[in-house]
Amino acid sequence: MTWNKLTYTGWGRARVASGLVARPERLSTLIRDLTETRAPAFGMRRSYGDVALNDEGRAYDMTRLDRVIAFDPATGIVEVEAGMPIGDLGRAFANKGWIPPVMPGTGFATVGGCIANDVHGKNHHVMGSFGQHVTAITLIQGAKTRKITPKSAPDLWQATVGGLGQTGVIARAKIQLMPCKGDMMVLTERRIDGLDAFLVAFDESRTDYTVGWIDATATGARLGRGILEEGEITSGINKSRDAAKSVPFNAPSWALSAPVVRVFNELYFRRVPAKGRTSVKPITDPFFPLDAIHNWNRLYGKRGFHQFQCVVPMDQVEVLRAMLTRIGTSGLASPLAVLKKMGAGRGGYMSFPMEGYTLAVDFPNRDGAEELISELTDMAHDAGGRIYFAKDSVASAAQIAGMYPDQDTWAKAVTKADPDRAFETDLVRRLGLRDGTGAA
Amino acid sequence: MQQSWIILGATSSMARAMARRLAKEGATLFLCGRDMDDLAATAADCLARGAVCAEALPFDARDTDTFAPIIERATTEEGVINCAVFVGSMPEQDAIDADPTLIAGVVTDSHTGPATFLHMLAPHIEERGQGTVVGVGSVAGDRGRSGNYVYGSAKAGFATYLSGLRNRLTRAGGHVVTVKPGFVDTAMTWGIEGMFLVASPDAVAGDILTAVAKKKNVIYTPFFWRYIMLIIRHIPEFIFKKMSI
Repeated sequence: MTWNKLTYTGWGRARVASGLVARPERLSTLIRDLTETRAPAFGMRRSYGDVALNDEGRAYDMTRLDRVIAFDPATGIVEVEAGMPIGDLGRAFANKGWIPPVMPGTGFATVGGCIANDVHGKNHHVMGSFGQHVTAITLIQGAKTRKITPKSAPDLWQATVGGLGQTGVIARAKIQLMPCKGDMMVLTERRIDGLDAFLVAFDESRTDYTVGWIDATATGARLGRGILEEGEITSGINKSRDAAKSVPFNAPSWALSAPVVRVFNELYFRRVPAKGRTSVKPITDPFFPLDAIHNWNRLYGKRGFHQFQCVVPMDQVEVLRAMLTRIGTSGLASPLAVLKKMGAGRGGYMSFPMEGYTLAVDFPNRDGAEELISELTDMAHDAGGRIYFAKDSVASAAQIAGMYPDQDTWAKAVTKADPDRAFETDLVRRLGLRDGTGAA
Repeated sequence: MQQSWIILGATSSMARAMARRLAKEGATLFLCGRDMDDLAATAADCLARGAVCAEALPFDARDTDTFAPIIERATTEEGVINCAVFVGSMPEQDAIDADPTLIAGVVTDSHTGPATFLHMLAPHIEERGQGTVVGVGSVAGDRGRSGNYVYGSAKAGFATYLSGLRNRLTRAGGHVVTVKPGFVDTAMTWGIEGMFLVASPDAVAGDILTAVAKKKNVIYTPFFWRYIMLIIRHIPEFIFKKMSI
């Protein structure tokens, strides 16, 4: 049967959708079904909120279309089906001397999702966003299938990269891989005592891969303390294939309660010796630290969790400090909090990145979490920053007005590509993204 | 020694998963089926994942003319020639009830077509003194049920054929693995109600390759289907005929 009645969620599991889902196994089936029924597509549903959900509507599950279609060893250009997980792509070519130039925090994210959310990685300050390395996209818009490049259809291209799937279903893509010496990484970790020290460390860092883990429970003089991770790819091929562990069931609500998180974070901070340490690890460890534990989202219990991620301009350090203070005193912070300095690279009208500091924090879906995230969203807005749609499930249309300066241009291009809003998803509806800002 | 695998019905998700695993082991793959575009994609994917060679070849269980070219191509390879059969078709029982002439096609796709192919391949396995045949049947072949007994009977016939082929090839150094999957998460079962304990195609492919390595004769996958079917096979007919399962 083509359509299966399913109830599904994003990675955060705090937002739920039900509706009919098709899961084509061949391109010809996808084209046939989309000709008849236009609906949005999702991949591994690793975005946190409702950006890939279509409650009471239909959707396409792309995970069975996960193959390499062509690879040119001379140029490093690879064509893949959109449902291929980015980590698979990394593993398939590392021993041939090529890796994806941009990889997000989970290797389970699909290539289609990486394009639609124009994801960034720990090397954003060097390599920019994922979409900047995509050279062609096969876009199915219904009966019409188009192969577009940045040159052949510049407006549609910029509306598609980071465009949340609103211009059609991304079926295949060509990606320019990056030459690499091997798939091992030299990783240096050191403790950082506070926010100011972190910002100095980011400025001084010269490595390709740089990211900071923050103890979001720390307050006062220790506010913003954490661990700076700096990595460089090195030669050598990883042969080990450690079996992944899995979280078998939903954890009880106290598992990530405030005192547990405080103790965990203290231990995590002290795990790295005071003088720092350097090690050589398979590339997947620092790239995808949490992928080693399948279903780790169950640690947050059955109510799920939210992630807040924003970026604020470089000169808005005080806002960052205010955010961390607010989070630290909320008692809602979880062990997962990340700070990173971003470059300016972005691939499309609605791409998240901007030059500045990006902060990402997980919050269990408990009382007060949505209010806190809403407050943080306003702070980001007032600072001239923006929030990341791949993570959001809380914001309102009014709160994000003006965050994305190209929103009206995008909305116009999307209306042209999909006039009857067949590809709308829950987040796009909730934030009224396709209505534009009303500024024009 | 170089391992070559002929995979019949290579567009199915179980076959794809098995091809991918074989590719990682550096096998030579002949991916056979009808949708050549799709087979070409799987071939490219297998090459990227480590296959020494991966080619898409046309195969139609209902057209015996497509058989010989595959065998000719595969036997140009040195080393061990193996074959895995994933073909079969399962129209809705209602459709068959409305048009009983559909039965011939089901039997050809699921039994006589692949049996004819394997009969053409068998002398080559005997000649080389090694090689494994994997035949994918179904738990539906273990007992006839009103819901899908045409498909079930074709798979039962194929299982009996495989049993005989095993008897024949064992004497020459070859081997035959009969695989009986329970419910697998494929396009065939997508959206069908009443599915339970559904296995992923990759898990089934893993079970198959373990069975090949250990020279198992008949496997159920996932393994617990052996016990489910043990019970179902032992229900006395005078009770079974009144049941609806």
